[in-house]
Amino acid sequence: MLHIKCPHCGMRSQNEFSYGGDASIKRPELGKEISDQDWDNFVYNRKSLRGKHWELWQHISGCRQWIKVERDTSTHEIFNTLKANEDIS
Amino acid sequence: MTQSFRLENVGLINRDKKLSFKFNGKTYYGFEGDTLASALIANGVHLVGRSFKYHRPRGFFGAGVDEPYAIVQLYRNGETEPNIKATEQELFEGLEATSVNCWPNVNFDIGAINNFLKIFLPAGFYYKTFMWPKSFWFKVYEPFIRKAAGLGVASIKHDKERYEHKYEYCDLLITGSGPSGLASAYAAAKNGARVILAEDKSRFGGTLLTSEVNIGNKSGKEWAEGIIAELREMPNVTVKNRSQVFGYYDHNMLVMSERISDHLPKTKKFHPKQRLWYIRAKEVLISSGSIERPIVFGNNDTPGVMLSSAAKEYLKVYGVLVGKNPLIFTNNDSGYETAIEFKKNGVDPVILDTRKDPRSEIVDEAKNLGINIKFSYVVVAAHGYKKVKSADIAKISDDKEKLGVVENIRCDCICVSGFWTPTIHLASQSGNKTKFNEDIDAFVPGISKQNETTLGAANGSYTLNETLKSSFKTGHELSKKITNKDNEISFPNVIEKKSTSHDKFWCVPLPQGKNYKRFLDFQNDVAVSDIEIALKEGYRSIEHVKRYTTLGMATDQGKTSNLNGLQLVSKIENKVVPNVGHTTFRPPYTPVSIGAIVGREVGKYSKPTRKSPMHSWHEKNNAVFVDAGVWLRPRYYKQGNENLFEASKREAKNVRTNVGVCDVTTLGKIDIKGPDAAKLLNRVYTNAWLKLPIGKARYGVMLREDGIVMDDGTTTRISENHYHMTTTTAQAANILSHLEYYLQLVWPELNVNVVSTTEQWAGAAIAGPRSRDLLQKLFPNSDVSNEGLPFMGYMEGDLFGVSARIFRISFSGELAYEVNVESDNGNFMWEKIIEAGQEFKIQPYGTEALSTLRIEMGHVAGSELDGRTIPYDNSLEGLLSKKKDFIGKRSLIRKAFTAEDRQKVVGVVPLDKKTSIPEGSHLVKDSNAPLPNPKLGYISASCWSVEHDNPFSLAILKDGKNMIGEKLFVMSPLKNKVIPVEIVSSHYVDPKGERVRS
Repeated sequence: MLHIKCPHCGMRSQNEFSYGGDASIKRPELGKEISDQDWDNFVYNRKSLRGKHWELWQHISGCRQWIKVERDTSTHEIFNTLKANEDIS
Repeated sequence: MTQSFRLENVGLINRDKKLSFKFNGKTYYGFEGDTLASALIANGVHLVGRSFKYHRPRGFFGAGVDEPYAIVQLYRNGETEPNIKATEQELFEGLEATSVNCWPNVNFDIGAINNFLKIFLPAGFYYKTFMWPKSFWFKVYEPFIRKAAGLGVASIKHDKERYEHKYEYCDLLITGSGPSGLASAYAAAKNGARVILAEDKSRFGGTLLTSEVNIGNKSGKEWAEGIIAELREMPNVTVKNRSQVFGYYDHNMLVMSERISDHLPKTKKFHPKQRLWYIRAKEVLISSGSIERPIVFGNNDTPGVMLSSAAKEYLKVYGVLVGKNPLIFTNNDSGYETAIEFKKNGVDPVILDTRKDPRSEIVDEAKNLGINIKFSYVVVAAHGYKKVKSADIAKISDDKEKLGVVENIRCDCICVSGFWTPTIHLASQSGNKTKFNEDIDAFVPGISKQNETTLGAANGSYTLNETLKSSFKTGHELSKKITNKDNEISFPNVIEKKSTSHDKFWCVPLPQGKNYKRFLDFQNDVAVSDIEIALKEGYRSIEHVKRYTTLGMATDQGKTSNLNGLQLVSKIENKVVPNVGHTTFRPPYTPVSIGAIVGREVGKYSKPTRKSPMHSWHEKNNAVFVDAGVWLRPRYYKQGNENLFEASKREAKNVRTNVGVCDVTTLGKIDIKGPDAAKLLNRVYTNAWLKLPIGKARYGVMLREDGIVMDDGTTTRISENHYHMTTTTAQAANILSHLEYYLQLVWPELNVNVVSTTEQWAGAAIAGPRSRDLLQKLFPNSDVSNEGLPFMGYMEGDLFGVSARIFRISFSGELAYEVNVESDNGNFMWEKIIEAGQEFKIQPYGTEALSTLRIEMGHVAGSELDGRTIPYDNSLEGLLSKKKDFIGKRSLIRKAFTAEDRQKVVGVVPLDKKTSIPEGSHLVKDSNAPLPNPKLGYISASCWSVEHDNPFSLAILKDGKNMIGEKLFVMSPLKNKVIPVEIVSSHYVDPKGERVRS
């Protein structure tokens, strides 16, 4: 079970969180023209990387904040966690 | 039978407490502190089971977790449990156990015919033989293999025992209470660290209990007892025996199973049987010691052949002789220690040492005691069927290739020592890159991935002085890092006998003309010849060899077989062992009961049960409940001998004719506040929300980004910046997360707060033509007329002193209202509604009637909004705003979603107006078409229409828009039904929606 540092609450076990996918995906702006390809990329296409990856988790049984977690998908090592409003550097 | 192999005055057992037990139906006696294995050996019983494949007689090989084959079926307290190691099961009064893997009994086992067929049962036998004819697999081969193989029979009864889970955090977790575990625990504890010390056996001390050493003027055992006593008194230390740390997982999470009651005849009241500990440790010290490895020789699986360390443990801990005429076969000094113990207790052993001329204190001591030692000698083969009777022995050449003249000597046990294999399972599980240590011919932990350190014998350190020194130091340093304290403790003086190096000899060559089975893996019946065949057949990777031959598999995980298997592969392949590498160690290290893994989450405890505040009223009024997610909801209220069908029809009918009340507390409720609340709603719902007036409710549909309908519900504007959203019962939690996602990550600029209020409000839906009359009676001071409270209107009211929210919304298609009060007042509200409703012939209705009402009026719900349908499919396209963007809108223009013949919700009526239509059935054009019959759609929900008094269903049908009036067939191969049906509008009741507005 992973041990995830919630930027609001501190170190917590994985079972307090729920996984939310790739954190680098940006939702296209509302009301803006967008090509089929770009929309498909936003809705469906994910890379499923092996290695370092920024992903979203929600501290669902805790503070309910969505957070950003930098994790190695093959080793499970967690390098960094950020609040929802902090940008991935 | 008397305990004829029990010594007087030796051992740690409690001779004052005699225990009786049964093995294979026969009664024996042992003492408190025995294991089943030690008690059986004390009674001269060595035949405990049959081997996995060849059904050869098998006895005891180890004395603890290392035991590969003394596995029994246990009976206790009316329950039975398979896969119990006799060497780990502690004796209790009345214990009953039987052998496994044999039929009809252990003495005469029909499966032993496999032993004579062994040339036909080589490696990969199952793969090669049972492949054809194909049809034989299920009917003949598989049932036979199932019966023949296996390590016992699992009970099919409900397990009444209780198992617990516990979550724990600590600074240092120490796995094993041998010298290194005790020393590091002591040093760390004295330095203020929070320590958990786990020992899998009942007694602490590990090898200190059986070795002749002196620590600080105390025997090893006394020193261990002293340390444990001191640790037990310390508030920062948890000391656990009968506790096996069996798995090392990510982020220093380890799992330990504690056997709380397995050693007792009956679980004590309020005690669990086992407890599973999830331990998050800052640092892990692996002090799991080492396991002696066998030397491979002919018939080395005969009962009576066992590890020399096990023989020593039986003697020193249990006062039990494994034989009275022992032969010790060793390639190192450890075998001498066992021999010396025998000699001291009046038994004359013979030592066969593969080494030519070893010189050490221990060897000298054995010589001085007059023990018969034969150097450069090996055991060629054991003889005896159910117990060792003699051994063929021979001199071996210096190059270890040639055997001298074979002679036969009498013996009743053979104690083998092929040196020691560090127990690196936990380290390996943690991701440690292990390395090969040439000196000890075994793998030891290398570079750590997580915060773990391996100490003592598990790290290949076999001298006590060195082990204690490094363990004190490590315990101190690691704790210092965590606690910032620096309490040094003095290091005790250690006296131990010096030993010399071992002989890297592990397998005795076969004598000319003999073809003895030489086993590597005793649990899985893998012999030297099996590995040879596998390699001959082209298997190279050790992982493949493992799977093809089953070497190192199953519950044993190669504890005694791993290294000898690697030695063999490397020899044949002409490689060095480190280049062959070892297979991956996987948790669990030892078997864990399924009960312990499941814990208390069984039956109704497998999920929380949520009840509405009106639950007890429902119970008192004969409600039959149904699981709705985690909620219990009344399905119907039984009157007399009614069944579900009759009751739900009555309840639904009463809503259409009079008035009914339904508990809708379970609906998800989300309180939304903030100046940008309307903006948020406008983005998450498909319709327009910016102009919803205060005091008005609106129905809305939410999509996922891919255009699929996610949920529907009404949201009411309570005040300027305050909204009350309802969701379906099932989606309540998801919708809250969904809103939080967009507010926190996508549109953080929106000034809105959302919070779940599902549990804060109790809800009652009042529906039917008389509902307004009832409402007026409940709220005499409020104007609830059609003008005062129009359809989709909202007001607050006073319900006999309790403030209430009144929504005019309808799920049933009738004139209807929903009243919410604070949860604590839920029951009060409900009773007032029932009381006031009497004169209007009110009846409560359950979820079944609720479904009937919504189906016949064509209101889509969960069975249509099933994660595969878009708004058009549900005839909700009228709710799609053309003017604004919203979540999922862009996806709706996809080609498939705009196809001319896109599926759409329709109504389905059987032509005979009688036959009920099973939900999930398919709609087809021609019921006689050849299979696979092209499917046009599926039945999503069925009911008995109370309005029309005939069956009615909703279906999602291809080109549904143009299918009204068509005649099709409903096919349910599951229920063997073919029903001719007509497609009608999904709005089977009040298609113009006049009633809800009346």
